[in-house]
Amino acid sequence: MMTQSAPRPPRDAPHVLIIGGGGTGGALAHDLTLRGVRVTLLERGEFTSGTTGRHHGLLHSGARYAVADKESAVECIEENQLLRRICPGSFEENDGLFVAITDEDMATYDDFVRGCTECEIPFTELTPAEAVRLEPMLNPEVKAAVRVPDGTMDAMRMPLRFLATAKHHGATLMNYVETVDLLVEGGDVKGAVVHDRVSGADGEVRADLVVNATGPWSEQVAEMAGAHVPIQPSPGVLVAVRGRMSNMVLNRMHRSGDGDIIVPQRALSVIGTSSWTVEDPDDLDVPEEHVRRMYEEGAKLIPAIANAPLRAAWSAARPLIGSDEAAGSGRELSRTFKTIDHANAGIGNFVTITGGKATTLRGMAETCADVVCGKLGVNEPCRTREFVTLPHTAFYAEPERRLA
Amino acid sequence: MSEAGSTRRFRVFRFKRGDMDWHFDTFEVPVGPSSTVLDALRWIQRKLDRSLMIRHSCLHASCGTCGMQIDGREALACVTAVADLGGTVTVEPLANIPVLSDLVVDMEEFYARFPDEIGSTRASEGPAGAEVPEGIDAYERFEDCIECGLCLSACPVSATSDEYVGPAALAAAQRLLEEPRGVDPAGVLDWAAAPNGAWRCHAAFECTEACPSDVNPAARIMQLRSVLVRGGAKDGAA
Repeated sequence: MMTQSAPRPPRDAPHVLIIGGGGTGGALAHDLTLRGVRVTLLERGEFTSGTTGRHHGLLHSGARYAVADKESAVECIEENQLLRRICPGSFEENDGLFVAITDEDMATYDDFVRGCTECEIPFTELTPAEAVRLEPMLNPEVKAAVRVPDGTMDAMRMPLRFLATAKHHGATLMNYVETVDLLVEGGDVKGAVVHDRVSGADGEVRADLVVNATGPWSEQVAEMAGAHVPIQPSPGVLVAVRGRMSNMVLNRMHRSGDGDIIVPQRALSVIGTSSWTVEDPDDLDVPEEHVRRMYEEGAKLIPAIANAPLRAAWSAARPLIGSDEAAGSGRELSRTFKTIDHANAGIGNFVTITGGKATTLRGMAETCADVVCGKLGVNEPCRTREFVTLPHTAFYAEPERRLA
Repeated sequence: MSEAGSTRRFRVFRFKRGDMDWHFDTFEVPVGPSSTVLDALRWIQRKLDRSLMIRHSCLHASCGTCGMQIDGREALACVTAVADLGGTVTVEPLANIPVLSDLVVDMEEFYARFPDEIGSTRASEGPAGAEVPEGIDAYERFEDCIECGLCLSACPVSATSDEYVGPAALAAAQRLLEEPRGVDPAGVLDWAAAPNGAWRCHAAFECTEACPSDVNPAARIMQLRSVLVRGGAKDGAA
């Protein structure tokens, strides 16, 4: 492992403006800063306030995708193992169980085990009795269970470490600064027109290249430059109930469906999720019917969920990659990420990174930074694989206080 | 937000950098039976006044970012139902932490109060009777404290002194003594024994009342004092 220090990018280094302060933007700021690029990052609200902070808090092992989406599964297990090394303390070391409850679930068992094997996801097969000894509140009807290296992550504090590390290496991170337009001159994107909610001031930020890392908002931001991103905002409802009813993450062993996962978080159990598609990711409701379904489906994994007091019910919009034609429920769209160089559509100095999930934030950033550095003529390799990020508390400290 | 709901009046604290003074703005907000105060504030931001600054992230009381004073009591806006509040709802930023703008406080000031190292994970008490599987020494889970600042805002001693480190930091120190996890307890004890440490608490228990995450900071401060009186981490570090 490297030590936690790196030289700050020189003043004449190329300057990249990242729009979006979620996990993707944060990991990209970290990656580019380590490659000697000057970075400014704009976020319209608090960091991680879009999709990043709102998910279950699941560190994927990849097992959830091992049957239907092997590409995602392989990305997940690689990044899962990497993230545990570079973000120590940001995960509960708790693993996950895939649980077959019905005969229908059991019918997928062999495919599931084969998928995990093919994707090189470590797993342990458990008998029903073994599963109930580990998780006494589990549905006693359990027919079989498979243990995998899932985990609980802190959905805000894990990505915050990437932002913290970028900040201490000289990146300029600005929250509550909204991008209201992009500056396009002669077919090239030259920067952003911004509104600062802290001071109420309006202004411009100029850069050599602009990266759109706004997740489900990426189509809205791309449109500011006349570009197109094939993104389908796909919200899901999540429900947190009081009481920690398992140590491990519990998943139903079947094709992804509503309410088929319970992630224990501190003294809560988070049940997720449903899936539909919307046009505007700011306009999310929490349908009562979906909340009821989370309770019903969650209770099939842990019967005590049925009577657990509600702590919160909320919606989060996934940035799923699709096409305008492939709308529908949203669950069939690919969960892997995409870096789009808009030069291919005649718009220069403008790159979009979207899709993906919190577990793959570092890998998404590496791929995008490769594209960005290629365009800027920066010949530095990615260094994030071995770089232990600063603790989240460093985000709130002045750089001088943390790095000698 | 539900269509079938009614309209409620919100008085919202406003302050922007460079302003001479703060003031309240009043907004009429449509609310449904399950609307939270955060839903209402986000609606104001989207539909009426995009300059309004609010903090939020997880929307389920796990991140601690949306702490504020709602009708004079510290609460997380994401789990405070509008239906549980009467008449006009007044929202103000947390007390005892400098205001950055509107409802957002400067958390740098909050984190600066903590000991140098704070724990992020703890031993999991787990569901009763749960066995630990092969390959895991003992289950861990995240610390209860979500670093929201509600306890500091509610603390009557912090209201009179910026020097007192406050309940969240002292509770974190007590957790370190309970489960040191590689941290040297002697340094934590020295930190807690300092004049603005554990002995400044007046035991008003307002912090415990305000805590949304069952940390019980007041009881932890009392435990910390008990360890200090015995002159070491011997009992507390068990």
